[in-house]
Amino acid sequence: MATQQQGEIKYLTPIAVDTKKKKYCRFKKSGIKYIDYKDADFLLKFVNEQGKLLPRRITGTSTKYQRKVAQAVKRARHIALMPYVGDLLK
Amino acid sequence: MHHGLKFVNRHSSIVTRQSSIVTPHPSRFFVIRKKGCTFADLFKNRFNHFKFREMLKQYETVFIMTPVLSDEQMKETVEKYQKFLVSKNAEIVYENNWGLRKLAYPIQKKSTGFYHLIEFKADPTLIREWEVTFKRDERILRFLTVVLDKHMLAYSEKKRNKSKAEKVKEEKEQ
Repeated sequence: MATQQQGEIKYLTPIAVDTKKKKYCRFKKSGIKYIDYKDADFLLKFVNEQGKLLPRRITGTSTKYQRKVAQAVKRARHIALMPYVGDLLK
Repeated sequence: MHHGLKFVNRHSSIVTRQSSIVTPHPSRFFVIRKKGCTFADLFKNRFNHFKFREMLKQYETVFIMTPVLSDEQMKETVEKYQKFLVSKNAEIVYENNWGLRKLAYPIQKKSTGFYHLIEFKADPTLIREWEVTFKRDERILRFLTVVLDKHMLAYSEKKRNKSKAEKVKEEKEQ
């Protein structure tokens, strides 16, 4: 087979090679120093549909800001701006 | 309690021989000088505890009142807390009533509540009393008091200035 001798392997559907989307900490990038616990809409980004905190490997936040996010979410939960357990939050 | 050793600072550390459950006689204290400091450094700040430092920290309290209250009663309760602060010489910096809001989960079988935010500057010794008045009040469902650190301070000031500017704009347009 001519193609094999050339060293090329042709697939019917070419394998998509994606460079991984570089995850970055949105707080470091934008220079936000304080995460407000009163801002429930903003905090929904760091929480899954059940209201559980998302791990930082998913959201891409740095350790320092992940702790601040966690603290903010816990405070929001205390004053009932966010639920402890939820359904279809998003 | 003024032992003679209040001037111990970051250049030194105290070591006690005996257990510190019973406060030992001052002769039992040893002051260890850390490397690179002189005795002059140790005694530099010894008069600090004589200075009257006005420790005013800025705090923020969010509290939730029962939805059962009428408007008047709600205002009454808010005033009660404002008066408390004023009577103790605390400066109220900012107040915001969020009004009736839906709670994310039922508290005391209620699903809504009146939210109110107060930002104030006060002496730290006041806070214990402040929180106790919330606990005693039956009309309050939840409260949360937070100290503002420098980042939080900057953020809240920015927010206030923004809302002021918006208000001014609105008035101009009208």
